[in-house]
Amino acid sequence: MPEAIAYELAKKQKEISVAEFFERNKHILGFGNPTRALFTSVKEGVDNALDACEESDILPDIYVEVKNPTEEECVVIVEDNGPGIIKQQVPHIFARLLYGSRFHSVRQSRGQQGIGISAVLLYGQLTTGKHAKIISKIQDDQPAVLTELAIDTNKNRGEVQHQEIMHWDKPSGTRVEVNLNADYKRGKRFVYDYLQSTSIVNPHARITFKEADGTEHVFERTADILPKKCEEIQPHPYGVELGTLIKMSKETKARKLASFLKTDFSSMGDRTANAVCDEAKLDRNLNPADISRDQLLALHQAFKKVKIMAPSTECLSPIGEILIRRSLKNETREISPEFIFTASRPASVFTGSPFQVEVGIVYGGNLPKDKPVKLLRFANRIPLLYQQGDCAITTAIASIDWRRYGLDQPSGNGIPIGPAIFLTHVASTKIPYTSESKEAIADVEEIENEIKLAFRECARKIQLHINKKVRRVKTREKFDLITKILPEIAKKSAYMLNKPIPPLEKVITKIMDVVWIEDVVEYEKVRGKPVQRKLDATSPTGQSESGGWIAKSTIMVVNYKSKPQKFNLYALFPKDAVVGEVKPKPTKVTDSYIKWSLESIDPTKKIDILFELAGLNKGDFDENELYVQNINPAYVIGADKWEGE
Amino acid sequence: MARDYSGVITKIDAIAAKVYADLEKAEIPALHLSTRTKANIRFDDDLNVWKYGKNMTERSANSLDGAYMLLRTMYLVDFIKEMISQSKSSTLRETYYISEGWNLAKFSSQNESDMLAEDLEVITGCMREDFKLRPEEDGARVIGNLVVEEMTRNNTKKKIHCQDDVGDAGYGIPYNVEKEKLTFKQVDADFIIAIETGGMFDRLAENGFDSKSRAILVHLKGQPARSTRRFIKRLSEEKKLPVLVFTDCDPWSFRIYGSVAYGAIKTAHISEYLATPSAQYLGVTPSDIENYKLPTDVLTPEDVAALKSELDDPRFQDQFWKHEIKLQLTLGKKSEQQALAKYGLDYVTDTYLPEKLAEMGMLKK
Repeated sequence: MPEAIAYELAKKQKEISVAEFFERNKHILGFGNPTRALFTSVKEGVDNALDACEESDILPDIYVEVKNPTEEECVVIVEDNGPGIIKQQVPHIFARLLYGSRFHSVRQSRGQQGIGISAVLLYGQLTTGKHAKIISKIQDDQPAVLTELAIDTNKNRGEVQHQEIMHWDKPSGTRVEVNLNADYKRGKRFVYDYLQSTSIVNPHARITFKEADGTEHVFERTADILPKKCEEIQPHPYGVELGTLIKMSKETKARKLASFLKTDFSSMGDRTANAVCDEAKLDRNLNPADISRDQLLALHQAFKKVKIMAPSTECLSPIGEILIRRSLKNETREISPEFIFTASRPASVFTGSPFQVEVGIVYGGNLPKDKPVKLLRFANRIPLLYQQGDCAITTAIASIDWRRYGLDQPSGNGIPIGPAIFLTHVASTKIPYTSESKEAIADVEEIENEIKLAFRECARKIQLHINKKVRRVKTREKFDLITKILPEIAKKSAYMLNKPIPPLEKVITKIMDVVWIEDVVEYEKVRGKPVQRKLDATSPTGQSESGGWIAKSTIMVVNYKSKPQKFNLYALFPKDAVVGEVKPKPTKVTDSYIKWSLESIDPTKKIDILFELAGLNKGDFDENELYVQNINPAYVIGADKWEGE
Repeated sequence: MARDYSGVITKIDAIAAKVYADLEKAEIPALHLSTRTKANIRFDDDLNVWKYGKNMTERSANSLDGAYMLLRTMYLVDFIKEMISQSKSSTLRETYYISEGWNLAKFSSQNESDMLAEDLEVITGCMREDFKLRPEEDGARVIGNLVVEEMTRNNTKKKIHCQDDVGDAGYGIPYNVEKEKLTFKQVDADFIIAIETGGMFDRLAENGFDSKSRAILVHLKGQPARSTRRFIKRLSEEKKLPVLVFTDCDPWSFRIYGSVAYGAIKTAHISEYLATPSAQYLGVTPSDIENYKLPTDVLTPEDVAALKSELDDPRFQDQFWKHEIKLQLTLGKKSEQQALAKYGLDYVTDTYLPEKLAEMGMLKK
């Protein structure tokens, strides 16, 4: 009797190593073709470097070099000033797939799966047979260690080929050098775009790129403040899958169901935990280890039925409007845009994962007027360069009727046409990518809606700005009228009738019939004086530079109404700024505005107001946002109605 | 001939006084005048012409444009006063150039200064001539059995026979055709025919239409100058001659007839001086295009818009015009008076005009 076929088959069945699996599926990780391979390698290296620096509170200084020794081969070098890696860990981190510190944590980070850099090494080894060189130094008083590394694809293990001690000038840092098959000619542009975009959303990083021909590009740092540290949080009940729930129940240290819910999940208090138990018809004193699969299923379903608070957004680290603005300003210097506006949404949630959307619009200058708006897409500070059409960001932008905001959009949807750049950043503990190569955000309704809301808010700001400008121009015309033409009319008529020139003040107030507010912001460089910086509170570099900029805002209020006017004036300022001198004495100063209860202003008389802001970079704040209270806002040019805080 | 301008000066000073009084009262200075648009012309039954209605326009210093307008008005009236005191006069074009020295009050085009001069006529009820302003355009030409007596530059009166004493170009109408300058002596003609184009005027002259048909030929030169219209009106009324208007067949030509017969919208304040209400339209009518199978051009979008605008122009509300304008819109075509040459050079004088005149009861065939 022949052996059962199953036995025959069993001989062929064996474990497939992770490395082997990826060797056959390299397109999934972004190594599908030689152009992509170059870009992906640089990206993985830089993402890692940025994460490493930020985790250790170091302002990243990253050096990227690509050499092109032969037609097919490139050498990619990524060097950082991060904390370095102890030599025992080098083979694990660089040569073992799915090895990392972030896979299990719920918080915002660039890489998540621990595949990235090892996949680069693996790809390099597969295509060139050469070993990667890693130099790492962990402390200034210790030597650096050079490691040559190969990957054993069967065992999913790194094999140290050679290790030696060497001198390195850096106080600490890591340098990775990998040879790989790549198309330098085509891939170079993507590398450049990626690094430039990365620099926009990582204003705290300085990135240097050296091309194969020796050309160097430096993307300067525009903020010497590290992003807010993201805290790790427990998973939110809305987002947890049944399998994970089962695993968590087995591993928890809690002995009772209610405390398991409270300690191992976020947003669960006594009341919600009890409500979930009741909903699932489970005893809150059950030992989690003893709960059956069916009971867990009931629990899982109960999560969906009970109203649970949104997860804490502490785990998110948005870039912040001021820094987005500063980066965009810096990167678009040559375009000299007419204005840059930003908007930031409060954090929101999709299936238990918190996320937050920030957008920025650059408008005008030398940007082409007849081309579609350029989209800059970012997820957790990583630029998304491919698959624009499949991305939720694109869908959201395309679904807004931009014609209302003065951009061309032939059919009322689609990417608008006009001289603008749209930046979108989505920060989340879990970015729902459409695929493993992480190039597009999946169409999650909640995210799309937030992007739309953010852009609408931004567009509204632009419209307000334009309306204000138009109204100002119109009123400014009247200045000509009252200062030049009216006196001439008076003079001529008086001359013809041989009479004295009549006084004009009252006629002037009748013609103008407004309260005119005009403001200007100027910057003054201060040296030596230490400037308090709120943004630096968490930064180790602290009050890093001596000196900085003081923004001086001068506001002139002229009463061109025929009656005396008395009202309150509010001036908004960025939350990160520190208020210096204020004249006249304000009634109230908060962390975001200054309030004056102005004394009564007689017709044709004016009041000068001045305030100073420290802790800002030049250009962070170049337009006052002014509001008035206790006066009909229609009388006022140059300020809007104060709607409360 | 010295003329008394004190009335004009009083009226001019009243403008300055109004502005000054407004300023003294702390009011925004403003002047008011009849609205000079199609919507604001009414038929005056007493005068038998179209005049401005009750709608008033305000020129106020409340807007930038209004303020400029007031300032220019101040400068212009001052300039007029000065000319009167120095016994000088200037052309409208010279006035425009004079304003170069008015700084802020400078006109940006001659159209602006011409319009303002007309505004001043409307406000004061004076005529341009009272302001010592004269037009650039000269009057047109006349040929016919008519003797005029004109005051020449050397202040002597000269009689001119408009057939015997003139060349092919005819007698040129001066810009001033008032009695002190020009009088009509003897006339031996049955009607006046006012012709739009120079080409047709010359054709009729060459064919001897003035003698054969006992007609006075007047060349309108497109939209006729004030003096041409005034000349036609005086000749028609003083010598009891009917007036026939002979133009191209398009909406713009209908407006030429309108300004001869009814008064122009722009000058409705002086229609009673300029318009000849008894003037009749001879042709070319849209019906003629069909009846005479004339060569045509297609109406442009502008033509169509002009025709439609005429449909609600109060001056073109009678049966004849409504019918003809609608017909032309249906045909979608226009034609020129010289298109009659299709049938030969003599056709217009031998066939077309006699037929039309007979139709209108002017000439027995």
